[in-house]
Amino acid sequence: MVISNMLSKKQKLNTHVLTDTPDLVPIRNGFGEGLLLAAEANKNIVGLCADLVESTRMEAFAKKFPERFIEIGVAEQNLASVASGMAAMGKIPFISSYAMFSPGRNWEQIRTTICYNDVPVKIAGSHAGVSVGPDGGTHQAIEDIALMRVIPNMVVISPCDAHEARKATLAAAKTKEPTYIRLAREKTPVITTEDSPFTIGKATMLFETKRGAPDVGIIATGALVHTALVAAQQLEQEGISVSVLNMSTIKPLDTSAVFDLAQSAAALVTVEEHQIAGGLGSTIAEVLAEHNPTPISFVGIRDQFGQSGTPAELLTHYGMDVKTIIKAVHKVLSQKNK
Amino acid sequence: MGNVTDAKICMLEERANVIRQSIVSMLVEAGSGHTAGPLGMTDIFTYLFFFALNHKPEDPTWNGRDRLVLSNGHICPVLYATMAHAGYFPLEELQTLRKFGSRLQGHPHREFLPALETSSGPLGSGLSQALGMVLADRIDNGTRSNKFFYCMLGDGELNEGQNWEAIMLAGKEKPHNLIAIIDRNNIQIDGFTERVMPLNDLRAKFASFNWHVQEIDGHNFEAIDDAVNQAKVVFDMPSVIIAHTIPGKGVDFMERDFRWHGVPPGSGPEDEVKKSEQAAKALEELRTLGGKITCGDK
Repeated sequence: MVISNMLSKKQKLNTHVLTDTPDLVPIRNGFGEGLLLAAEANKNIVGLCADLVESTRMEAFAKKFPERFIEIGVAEQNLASVASGMAAMGKIPFISSYAMFSPGRNWEQIRTTICYNDVPVKIAGSHAGVSVGPDGGTHQAIEDIALMRVIPNMVVISPCDAHEARKATLAAAKTKEPTYIRLAREKTPVITTEDSPFTIGKATMLFETKRGAPDVGIIATGALVHTALVAAQQLEQEGISVSVLNMSTIKPLDTSAVFDLAQSAAALVTVEEHQIAGGLGSTIAEVLAEHNPTPISFVGIRDQFGQSGTPAELLTHYGMDVKTIIKAVHKVLSQKNK
Repeated sequence: MGNVTDAKICMLEERANVIRQSIVSMLVEAGSGHTAGPLGMTDIFTYLFFFALNHKPEDPTWNGRDRLVLSNGHICPVLYATMAHAGYFPLEELQTLRKFGSRLQGHPHREFLPALETSSGPLGSGLSQALGMVLADRIDNGTRSNKFFYCMLGDGELNEGQNWEAIMLAGKEKPHNLIAIIDRNNIQIDGFTERVMPLNDLRAKFASFNWHVQEIDGHNFEAIDDAVNQAKVVFDMPSVIIAHTIPGKGVDFMERDFRWHGVPPGSGPEDEVKKSEQAAKALEELRTLGGKITCGDK
């Protein structure tokens, strides 16, 4: 059995994705490239940053368009509301900081001045997840998806790699909705390519078992999509058939993709670098509990804070590695077969 | 000196008086809401909407308009009443304040009333938004823009740290067309501002952040006009006008009493006037001018 055949042809994925040496690029780089391209195409794009221009990758934009860039200083509440005011005058502001500070610190300003006003401010939250590493728990945003998805009008995107981050940024630049784009610091495997399709609100099936209906469906988001693909490969080798759905938009949720997978697999595992409470797992569980009850096992953080360590150490410690995903698949499979 | 004539002042005083009557009536009908702040800021709102603002009430989204951002959203009765009298919407609609389905939400919501520049309520965010508007305008129209951006703030509101983030950024960006007007009425919900959280020397605070500062009597139309005109000609600095006002202005039994901050007539303190008589007494005092506002040739 050739596992790589199970990678979707339609999605035009990176051919190294399941090799021992995948291409590695930080997801945040895609935001920087996308912002520059969007700004070249539309003069109404402006950028605001809270003293993290280089590390949130707003630097190329700021250098090329200094008249459209505003350095706000370390003041995330002001960051959100100044952007709201600019949007009220017809601009499409992108604001960037670490996810822990924006949307972490400025939640109410985002709710009232951006979402309640319903203006097209685009929030790039970099350094999300525990894989920020040595900086420790204060800098590891693991609640941001939950914080953003509960606000009406807000769109929430969690790209799986730098290509998706670039496409998400370009797509968000063309919409009227307030939008949160979740980014990560570390270099992570490049899963998709320039040519892979991306649409806000559309999940993509990246890995599809060739043995009929899958035993288990895996729904993953962000950099852990790659971890889910590696787990899927190992599961297929041990005889468990799986499919992997990349949920790059958390809100609005692609419910038909969720229902299709829930119906064909009848057992699901969700995978995210975020608190299970309020994150992708909760989002999926909410729609399935109401419309199509399905056994689910959740992979993510269970009501804990992060700490210092290497990304790999932390992902293992908090249960978001290949082994944990495989264990979750076995668990949900036994529930399904009861 | 400003350019407001005596005849104009007389007109503005009369307008302010009827707007105060509308504020009292709409709050009585609503059964809840804030009284002291709206009555205290009526003169300044009247001046802005009937004299200073470049706006078209019949075309509220006209792009060339000046912008007025209300940061302390809880004083919206004065904004709504002034807008209605200026022709933005029918006066009768004021009686729907705070009711289900009303465009006049308890705190302003632009989705319900698109003629508003922003939604507000949670304190401390208005100045940031006004500054964002100024910065966007500067990208489009440069530093010679003739649009003015007014931000109305409360003094108690300055407890919120976000204001100081915006004050700092404005001092850095130096927009000539941002005019903040602070309602210095010395009260907030829990009492006098200097007891709840002292603001001390506000003038020095703003000056140290590179703002042009003026302090005025917020009930004197000539002083208001002078200050706004001066703020408009100052270049290379944002402007703040600290307007000393009397909370509850125009109704004797409400004036300077912080207990009238967040209650409507009919629910206020009873040491001078019984609840059941508060509305009628307030309206009577305003209609007869209570001896406070005098106007020669009415």
